[in-house]
Amino acid sequence: MNAALPFRDLSPAAPRVRVTLDGAPLDLPDGANLAAALLAAGVGSFRATPLSGAPRGPFCMMGACFDCLIEVGGVTRQACMMQVSAGLALTRPKGRVSE
Amino acid sequence: MRMVDLIVIGAGPAGMAAATEAAGLGLSVTVLDEQTAAGGQIYRAVTGAGAQRGAVLGQDYLDGADLARAMQASGLQHLTGAVVWNIEPDADGITVTWSQDGHAAQMRAARLILATGALERPVPIPGWTLPGVMTAGAGQILLKASGLVAERAVLAGSGPLLYLLAAQMVRAGTPPLALVETQSLRDTIRALPHLARGLRGWRTLLKGLGLLAELRRAGVRRISGARDLAVEGQDRATALGFAVGGATQRIACDTVLLHQGVVPNTQASRALRLDHDWLAAQQCFAPRLDAWGETSQPGIFVAGDGAGIAGALAAAEAGRLAACQVAHQLGRIDAGKRDARARAPAARLGAERALRPFLDAAYPPAAQVLSPADDTIICRCEEVTAGQVRGWARLGCSGPNQTKAFGRVGMGPCQGRYCGLSVTALLAEAQGIDPADVGAYRIRAPLKPVTLGEVASLDLAEPAE
Amino acid sequence: MQADYAIIGGGIVGLSVAWGLLRRGRRVIVLDGDDGSFRASRGNFGLVWVQSKGLNQPAYARWSQQSAALWKGFAAELGEGAGTDLSLRQEGGYDFHLDEAELEARVAQYSALRDTLGGDYPFEVLGHNALKREEPEVGPRVAGAILHHQDGHVNPLRLLRGLAADVRRQGGQVLTSQTVTDVTQTDGGLRVTCASGQVVEAGRVVLSAGLGAMDLGAKLGFAAPVRPQRGQVLITEKLPKMMNRPSGIIRQVDEGGIQIGDSKEEVGLDDRVTTPTVAAIAARAVAVMPRLEKAQMVRSWGALRIMSPDGLPIYQHSPTLPGVSLVTCHSGVTLAAAHALRLPQWLEGDADAPDLEVFSERRFALS
Repeated sequence: MNAALPFRDLSPAAPRVRVTLDGAPLDLPDGANLAAALLAAGVGSFRATPLSGAPRGPFCMMGACFDCLIEVGGVTRQACMMQVSAGLALTRPKGRVSE
Repeated sequence: MRMVDLIVIGAGPAGMAAATEAAGLGLSVTVLDEQTAAGGQIYRAVTGAGAQRGAVLGQDYLDGADLARAMQASGLQHLTGAVVWNIEPDADGITVTWSQDGHAAQMRAARLILATGALERPVPIPGWTLPGVMTAGAGQILLKASGLVAERAVLAGSGPLLYLLAAQMVRAGTPPLALVETQSLRDTIRALPHLARGLRGWRTLLKGLGLLAELRRAGVRRISGARDLAVEGQDRATALGFAVGGATQRIACDTVLLHQGVVPNTQASRALRLDHDWLAAQQCFAPRLDAWGETSQPGIFVAGDGAGIAGALAAAEAGRLAACQVAHQLGRIDAGKRDARARAPAARLGAERALRPFLDAAYPPAAQVLSPADDTIICRCEEVTAGQVRGWARLGCSGPNQTKAFGRVGMGPCQGRYCGLSVTALLAEAQGIDPADVGAYRIRAPLKPVTLGEVASLDLAEPAE
Repeated sequence: MQADYAIIGGGIVGLSVAWGLLRRGRRVIVLDGDDGSFRASRGNFGLVWVQSKGLNQPAYARWSQQSAALWKGFAAELGEGAGTDLSLRQEGGYDFHLDEAELEARVAQYSALRDTLGGDYPFEVLGHNALKREEPEVGPRVAGAILHHQDGHVNPLRLLRGLAADVRRQGGQVLTSQTVTDVTQTDGGLRVTCASGQVVEAGRVVLSAGLGAMDLGAKLGFAAPVRPQRGQVLITEKLPKMMNRPSGIIRQVDEGGIQIGDSKEEVGLDDRVTTPTVAAIAARAVAVMPRLEKAQMVRSWGALRIMSPDGLPIYQHSPTLPGVSLVTCHSGVTLAAAHALRLPQWLEGDADAPDLEVFSERRFALS
């Protein structure tokens, strides 16, 4: 399973905390950049676009492109601008919202 | 509202150097930066990089820690995680509004230095919106801030950053599958006349040659003169396709890291409606500055790559120059002391800039990204294609603000950061005019999205509960 | 270049008139400004609105009602011609009130207007609970709302693009990046001269340049007493449907974003946004719909309304240059259908032309 992960992690193992992604439990390194931690955990698609429903994931990792948007406690936020903390309830925006 | 002498926005090399210099000259300084630690993108997480990451990233990166430590030692106020979303100058100063930890805050300053750096040039090619496709800068940020290296990655595009990232990946033990470059031998030849004047920047040049040697030794596959780049995949990137010399090739991979150089991040300077110029050599807009970095709006300065790409070392020197002039304008130093203090930074800035014309000519953006095919998405947020923009040009849209109205291009959360230059280029092409005459998006607050609750908390009529 | 009509101004007003004239078989040339022009057509709120219009001038209420009634057919025909759905929804609209007394005062005004209009003013008053059944997201601070059944909204950007496309499809010519400097009489008609050197010969000229009439109006014989009035508007990220009908200050656009406005500021030709005003707009929106507190505001903008002294449109034939007419208003979206389908008759003096005398410039001389 781990062999299929698209990223190799050079950093020393950090204590992990439990978050949920679309209701499913996920253990991520405490204090890590949220977008990076999700990528390292094998989560590539963070949302579906509100227009076409196309999948999107992190693109710029510096807070400029807004493609890594994820819902945290009812607020849409940039995962690349957040840190992992215990109990985060993450929801992937589901796509098409127009009538 | 609190008032300080100087607010610096951005804690990359320009911002750190400017703030440190200004504080050293006796100014009260506040630095606002979005990230959790000083460094900007080039020195991202530099104070926290351990020995292993340091060895991978190299000495040029680690040198950035000196700037961060100097800023910390200067005792100025550095607010992290502060996302600036409005800047409003008036007759007596400048009001800056930002969000931090979900709360809106404001401060006033007599002077402002924008040190908001650069963005990757948009790389609109088929499939560039797929998960698994990132900028080369993003690949580096993952390495610097999180110690992550993409396992089966192809690096594609043009520019020295690709060599640096590839070398860092080699040092990390995970070399890229290939380096697919869009510039050609013809570009290199075209750049050679700039080399004589660029020799003042010989150190940088040698480093570049060293990186190439490192890649050769590691056996990294390099392909240059690639055209028609396209990322393949349904729900994620699975391969990069391209053409070289008439033959098509395909490299299966999990990650594609794209790069076509970097361009000034002009969101704040545009929102302030400062005068901008088109830099033909770098195919981008930049705010018009005097020798000290002051813009068309007195009291507001820009330092670093936000004023035109010249690199981290140049950025720090530009920051110091701006700080000297701010201190002079606020009466802390006379013109003589200012000039004496500015002499060394100005000389180093000149040397750093010397190599730039060669690099600009040797690594031009690919024709494909300046004039994307009709069915290529150029606005990632609103999913608008190049063909749609060309169609609106035929309907009479002469500028980018009209195309916004016609098709929502540039109206998503990124506010045109990754489509603005593409739209300008497409409209210039359609009308056969210069990009300078096409202009750019008008940018307005919020510079970054902010919740209505936070905005509402600033309403004077309704004090926060 | 020659045409039956030269239309000065390629915004929603000018293009609506051009579209209507082309439909009657006229040859039309539209002279449009550039990317930096003040353009109310790309900053407006997108309402097709009747309530609150003409409280002091019933003829304006009727003109708005007439346009609202024409809108369905107009949107269908334009949408088909341009191949775009304008997302017109005319299922009523609200005037939300946080204050009971304000609501009652408003109801009294509407009732009086309804009597003047002979009863044709279909509105109802919804108390908090009744409103909550219609719009579950309204918050506890909302006292109630007036629901007016003739109100609605449209995608104003698709209206603009649709007009631009269909005017061309019908053979209209649109010349962009033009600044008209003069209109003069010739033997056979009128000559329109532009700063670029472009010259257009036309039998008739319509000045529909919005704030551009401030400069050009006097030269063509008009008082053109229009001034800019800034409205600041903000919009959120795209959200799942949370509003069924629009209100005058908050509506969910068809793409999902919640659009909130609108301030009325006398600040001249300054279309910037200001934090205090945006904060006040946001605070009011959150008071009306508390869930908006968590919504991300992605953009804001300031747009300049084209206001006459009494806020009503101006329709005026030039007293000095025969064949030149002024058409200006601040409700270009609401009135687009009337401008397309009724104004051509007025321009050409048909027997069935609408009586627009109350909207002439004569009213300003009297006051």
